[in-house]
Amino acid sequence: MSRMIPHLVRRDRASLRMAVLAPLLALAAAIFVNLLVFLAMGKNPAAVFYALLLEPFLGWSSFSEVLLKTGPLLLIAQGLAIGFRAKVFNIGAEGQFILGAIFASAIPVYFPQATGQWIWPAMLLMGALGGALWAVVPAFWRVKLNANEILVTLMMSLIAAQVLNYLLLGPWKDPMGFNFPQSVMFQYDAMIPILLAGTRVNVSLLLALFSVLVAWVYMQRSFGGYQFLVGGLAPKAAAYAGFSESRAIWLSLLIGGFAAGLAGAAEVAGPIGQLQRGISTGYGYAAIIVAYLGGLHPLGILASSLLMAALYIGGDNAMVSADLPIAAVRVFQGSLLVFYLAAITFVRFRLVWPQHKAGAA
Amino acid sequence: MTKAYGQVVANDAIDLTVGRNSIHAILGENGAGKSTLMKLIYGVESPDAGEVLWDGQPVTLSSPAEARRLGIGMVFQHFSLFETLSVVENISLIVPGKKADLAARIRALGQDFGLDVDPFADVHSLSVGERQRVEIIRCLMTEPKLLILDEPTSVLPPQAVGLLFDTLRRLRDRGVSILFISHKLDEIQSLCDHATILRGGRVTGNVDPRQHDAHDLARMMIGRDMPPPLHADPLPVGDIRLELSALDHQPDDPFALGLSGVNLRLHAGEILGIAGISGNGQGELARLISGETRLSPARRDDIRLMGRGVAHLDPAARRALGFAFVPEERLGRGAVPEMSLADNSLLTAHPLGLLKRGLIDRRAEATFTAACIRDFDVRTSGPEAEAGALSGGNLQKFIMGREILLKPQVLFVAQPTWGVDIGAATAIRQRLVQMRNEGVAVLVISEELEELFEICDRIQVLHKGHLSPSLDARTTKAEEIGRWMIGAAGVPA
Ligand SMILES: Nc1ncnc2c1ncn2[C@@H]1O[C@H](COP(=O)(O)OP(=O)(O)OP(=O)(O)O)[C@@H](O)[C@H]1O
Ligand SMILES: [Mg+2]
Repeated sequence: MSRMIPHLVRRDRASLRMAVLAPLLALAAAIFVNLLVFLAMGKNPAAVFYALLLEPFLGWSSFSEVLLKTGPLLLIAQGLAIGFRAKVFNIGAEGQFILGAIFASAIPVYFPQATGQWIWPAMLLMGALGGALWAVVPAFWRVKLNANEILVTLMMSLIAAQVLNYLLLGPWKDPMGFNFPQSVMFQYDAMIPILLAGTRVNVSLLLALFSVLVAWVYMQRSFGGYQFLVGGLAPKAAAYAGFSESRAIWLSLLIGGFAAGLAGAAEVAGPIGQLQRGISTGYGYAAIIVAYLGGLHPLGILASSLLMAALYIGGDNAMVSADLPIAAVRVFQGSLLVFYLAAITFVRFRLVWPQHKAGAA
Repeated sequence: MTKAYGQVVANDAIDLTVGRNSIHAILGENGAGKSTLMKLIYGVESPDAGEVLWDGQPVTLSSPAEARRLGIGMVFQHFSLFETLSVVENISLIVPGKKADLAARIRALGQDFGLDVDPFADVHSLSVGERQRVEIIRCLMTEPKLLILDEPTSVLPPQAVGLLFDTLRRLRDRGVSILFISHKLDEIQSLCDHATILRGGRVTGNVDPRQHDAHDLARMMIGRDMPPPLHADPLPVGDIRLELSALDHQPDDPFALGLSGVNLRLHAGEILGIAGISGNGQGELARLISGETRLSPARRDDIRLMGRGVAHLDPAARRALGFAFVPEERLGRGAVPEMSLADNSLLTAHPLGLLKRGLIDRRAEATFTAACIRDFDVRTSGPEAEAGALSGGNLQKFIMGREILLKPQVLFVAQPTWGVDIGAATAIRQRLVQMRNEGVAVLVISEELEELFEICDRIQVLHKGHLSPSLDARTTKAEEIGRWMIGAAGVPA
C-alpha cells in the first residue's frame, strides 16, 4: 500500500530558509528550462545567458540603465505588495502608471513656458494623485458593489491606454511633431535632476529606495500594516477585532495607485521627457512578478526589482547580440514567476520521500 | 509511535492496541498529545519512529486517503469542511455517488442517528454544532472499520449526545472499533470499555473506565487532585451593563434562523447564562452583541452597552467601552492560525500599551503574551509559537486569558470550556466567577447545562430565535430549562 511517489507534508511553522531560497531556486529552474528552449530555437545558450544575465552588470553604463529601470519597478511593486498581502489583487498598476504619466504631463503641456524648480516636484505629486484617482474606481466598486477588483483594475488599464491614445492623437499632440502621437518635449525645469552624473539615473531612484524604508516600517512594524495582514490571513478575525475591511481595500488600492502613478510621472519627467505611447514597457505587469518574487517583503522586492530590471536590459542586449526575439524574454520572466509560485509551496510544506519499509502490505 | 514538533515531543514512544468491538477512550489534559496520536493513525502526520499494525500487518499510513482505503475514518476537533460548498457537495468530495443519492443517504443517516441536517444547506450558514453533525455523517458514509472521533461531543446538544452514543454502540456491535476522545469523564464511563491515559506525550495508564470513578480518572490524567468547584453565592447586583430590547434581526442569508423579540439585561456583578441547543440563533446573537453584525444607526438603542446605544458600532468601538468577547470559533476568528501568539495578543489587546505612536512595541507585546501564557497555564513553547500549532484546549485558554487581561466591564464568552480538560475547565469557571465577584458583568453562551448551573446567577434559554424570560439558576430545575430548550414551555413554539 505504500505510495511510490513523494508527497507534501505541512511544516510545523513556515521555514525562513525556504522563503529566502525559493526565489533562487526559481531562478535556477527558469534558467534550466529556458536553456532547453534556447537550444530548441537553435541559439547558443551561453551567448544568450551572457547577454541576458551577466552583461547588464558589466560596465557602468549598462548597470546605470539597470538602475534606471529598477526605479519604477521597485516603486510599483512596493505599492502592490502591500495590497497583495491583504489579498487585494490590484493588477491594474499599468493603467495607474499611465494615468500618473498623463496627470504629470498636464503641467508642461499646458504651461510649456513655465520655469522654476517647483515644476518637477509638482509633476510627481500630480502623477501620484492621478494614479490614486484611477484606483478609486475599483476600490469604490469593490466596497460598494462587491465587484471583483482583479477584473475592474485590469479593465481600467485598457481604458487608460485608450485615454492616452486619445490625448496623443488629439488635444495633446505636438503640433510641430510631424503628426507623431506624442506631446511636446518638456522644458528643462520639468525634468527630474540627474542623480549620477553621466547617466540617465535621476533623483526618483532615491524616492524608490525611500519607499523600501516606508514599506518596511509600515508592513513590519506598524499597527496599520498588522491590521492589513490580519485582514488577508483571517478575515473573520479582522471582523472580530473590529478592523475595517473596507479600509483595507481602500488603502490597498490607493497605495498601489499612488505608487504606480508616481512611477509614471517619474518616467515622463525623467528618461522620456515627453508623453508618448511607449511610456511603459509593461512595468505595471512586470511589477506583479517583482512583488511576488520578492516574497511580498520590502527587502525581497528590492532584490527582485534589480533582477527584473537586469532582465529588461539583458533582453535588449540578447535581441541585438544573440538574435533573441523579445517574446523569449517574456517567456523567461513568466517562467520565473511560475517556478517561484511552485517553490514557495515549500515554505509551508516539505517533501517526504517514500520510505521503503520491509513488509509493507 | 513517536512524533516531535521541533522541541516539543507530542508523542513519546506510545503503545496503543485497539480491539475489535471496542470503544476505546483516549484521555489526557490539553496538550497531552491525543490529537497528534490520532493524526498519526489517520495519516495526516507521519511518525518520527514507530509503526502501525492493521489486522496484524504492518502498514505505512502516509495520507488520509490511504487510511480511508484501509477503513479508517476520522472526525476532527477542528473542522475540515469547505464553507462555500453545500453539505452534499462537501460529502461528495470524499464519498462517491450521485448527489441525489447522497442527499437521500444523508437524510436517512441523519434520521437513524439523530444527526439532522439539510443536505443542500451551505456549510457557511451552519452553526458549529451542525457542522460537526455533517463531519460525523460524512465519516459514517465511508463505512469505516475504525472510527476516530476527536472530541465529537463538545458541541453537540445533550439529546444528540445520547443518540450519537446509541449510534456508536450500534457500530461497535457491528464490529467497528472506535477511538473516542473527550474531556467529559462521565461520557467515557458510560460509553467506553477501555481507556488509555496520556500525560505529557506518554502513556501513563490503561484502565477500564467503568471500574473507576471520575475523580480517580481525573487524578490519573492530571497527576494530582482536582481543585474543588467554586460555587457562586448570590451577590447584590449593580447597574445594567448590557441590554437588548425587543431585538429582531433577520440575517442576510434567507435560510438562516433570525432572532425575534429578544430581551436581555445583564448587570454588573452577575453571570447570565444563555442555554440552548446550538443552531437556535446563538451565532447571530453573538455577532450582534459583539458588533460583527451591525444594525442601522436608527436602531442603535436595540443594544445598549454601558448605558449607550451601540447597535450600529463596530467591535472596536464596543471594546473601547469596556467590552471583551471570546467567540466559539477559536481558529480563524478568535485567533489567526498563521500568526504567533504574540501577534495574536495584538488582535484585541493593542490598547493595553502594546503600541507606541502607531508602531508595534515588540517588547510590550512579548511581556503581555508571556503573562497571559503564565497566568492561564497555556502549554506552549512560548510567545513565538504559531497559534495554529497549539492544542485546541490550550488555544482556548490563551484567548480566554487575553480577553480577561483586558479587564473588561462586560465579558462575553461563547462555549467557555469547549475542548478544555477538566482541570483547566474548573480553573476557567473559577476565573469567571472571580470576575463576577469583582463586579464584572459576565454573559456566557453554553450548551452544557451543568456548567451554567454551576456558575450562573440567571439563565435564559434560546430556542428558534426566541429568548426565554430570565430563570433563577439556583431554584430552577434542569427539567424546566429542558422544556424551554425544546420549545415546550411558555409562549414561543
Ligand atoms: N503543528 C504543530 N506544531 C508544533 N507543535 C504542535 C503542533 N501540533 C501539536 N503541537 C504540540 O504538541 C502537543 C500535543 O498537542 P495535541 O494537539 O496532540 O494535544 P491534545 O492532547 O489533543 O490537546 P487538546 O485536549 O487541547 O486538544 C502540544 O504541546 C502542541 O502544542
Ligand atoms: Mg486535541
